[in-house]
Amino acid sequence: MSNVLRPYLAAVRSTLTAALTLENFSSQVVERHNKPEIEAGGSREVLLNPLVISRNENERVLIEPSVNSIRLSIKIKQADEIERILCHKFTRFMMQRAESFIVLRRKPVQGYDISFLITNTHSETMLKHKIVDFIIQFMEEVDKEISEMKLSLNARARIVAESYLTAFNA
Amino acid sequence: MAPEIYNLAQSPVSSHAFSPDHSQVAVSLNTNDVQIFSKQGTEWVSTDTLSEHDKLITSIDWASSSNRIVTASQDRNAYVWQQTADADGKIVWKPTLVLLRINRAATHVRWSPKEDKFAVASGARAIAVCSFDPENNWWVSKLLKKPIRSTVLAIDWHPNNVLLAAGSADMKARVLSAYIKEVDERPSPTIWGSKLPFNTICGEFTSPSGGWVHTVGFSPSGDALAFASHDSSVSIVYPGSPVINIKLPTLPFVTLTWTTENSLVAAGHDCQPVVFSGAQDGWQVVGSLDDTSAAKSPVGSKSGYGGSPTVGRLNAGAFATFRDADSRGQSSIAGSGSGDTKLLTVHQNTITSVRPYEIHGGQVTKVSTSGVDGNLVIWNTDEVMTSGIASLTSRLGSSQIR
Repeated sequence: MSNVLRPYLAAVRSTLTAALTLENFSSQVVERHNKPEIEAGGSREVLLNPLVISRNENERVLIEPSVNSIRLSIKIKQADEIERILCHKFTRFMMQRAESFIVLRRKPVQGYDISFLITNTHSETMLKHKIVDFIIQFMEEVDKEISEMKLSLNARARIVAESYLTAFNA
Repeated sequence: MAPEIYNLAQSPVSSHAFSPDHSQVAVSLNTNDVQIFSKQGTEWVSTDTLSEHDKLITSIDWASSSNRIVTASQDRNAYVWQQTADADGKIVWKPTLVLLRINRAATHVRWSPKEDKFAVASGARAIAVCSFDPENNWWVSKLLKKPIRSTVLAIDWHPNNVLLAAGSADMKARVLSAYIKEVDERPSPTIWGSKLPFNTICGEFTSPSGGWVHTVGFSPSGDALAFASHDSSVSIVYPGSPVINIKLPTLPFVTLTWTTENSLVAAGHDCQPVVFSGAQDGWQVVGSLDDTSAAKSPVGSKSGYGGSPTVGRLNAGAFATFRDADSRGQSSIAGSGSGDTKLLTVHQNTITSVRPYEIHGGQVTKVSTSGVDGNLVIWNTDEVMTSGIASLTSRLGSSQIR
């Protein structure tokens, strides 16, 4: 991990740890229902203040805690058009397979690229610090993954262009 | 003596209550059924299942002198269970109906000290105070409604059988009167008030930074009230003097119990029971009952999942990495591995309930805790690890920053 990223991820980690203090909370609005309050939004007193941790204008994390669920949304760094396309394809690929990631949300919150929804069931069945580790690792790797894809895309484009132009060289 | 640790299940224990002689324990393992475990040697063996509820059971209480169990559930009902002989002469637990008249989940239930009443907290912004109606053989309820504006998360009875403390998600702890004319004699005046008709509000206290009040507790004499809220604070109220707030750098506490008139044990998301002590002039943290300086047991070898062949399109690259981290808790980052999956505390996840276990001469000498990790632990309250205070700040949080 680069040293520049460290304080940013440390801030996300401590915020996430504090936000992941969930309990089983049955709906106050609908009888016999139990739903993530952050998504239902039916009772305002069980929602906490949303928090944005921002590294720069292109990279930020939104954490919205509530009594039985938290929603975490990530805005991934996108410097140019290629990164924008790659990021879109990459997150789309992930979100289409959301059920194998358990905590992944199928749609991102507006203004962000990818969202996670962690409910009290997740924090009961999985180790809490491992959920935090997973999110942090995701944030670390997703930048790396996208810049790697960008490099290989450029390299591929160069090879394609070269082999295309050799046809005119002869 | 080290704490006694019993693993009851792999699933969360949402509530536990011991039988009067401590040979049995009623627990709900995050399901619709109450399981009764009996102690056989050093093991707890499931002997009975009480099934009547059809949603998650949130709270159980076992009356110590009348040997009755009351259960509350998210299906809006409560049942009182009594041991009776069935047709073949076998002793079985039989449920009695409780007319709760609430239309949201029941969240917490406690017998009154005299065991002629019990109170059910609920998500319907009300507390149902129930008493027995022998004519119809059911329990009838009176609702405490007036100032409560959100789900009631916890309740506790005053030793005089009349006053009730309630903590709720509207950031307030309240002391109310649950006096029922047909059942109670006129209560003698207490420090909380002298005239106590039903639904008198004897006190209303706000959590210091506006957090949901997760738990409330009267001191053994009933002259002080403690509550813990989601802003990681514990507050102690002596009526007539300002509220004592202790703000902590830990994760919030969700449950507490008094051990003597001058000390209490609180536990919660930090996975360890913390002891507080003090008197009317001030309170402080004493230490933890848990020795967090070393791992409890040798960390097991890598789980059997590892080494799966990495073939197939979806096993490649980032996808496989994230899926492994997500579903198997395996991370490929340096410095982390299967070694860090175990916390240094006895409980491996949030402690949801702490209750007095053994009382000697007015002092609680042992407390029992149960948590989301499925463990039931019995602690000696006099073995406080003061060395743990420095490391009390969440082990989950900043300490893990690489």
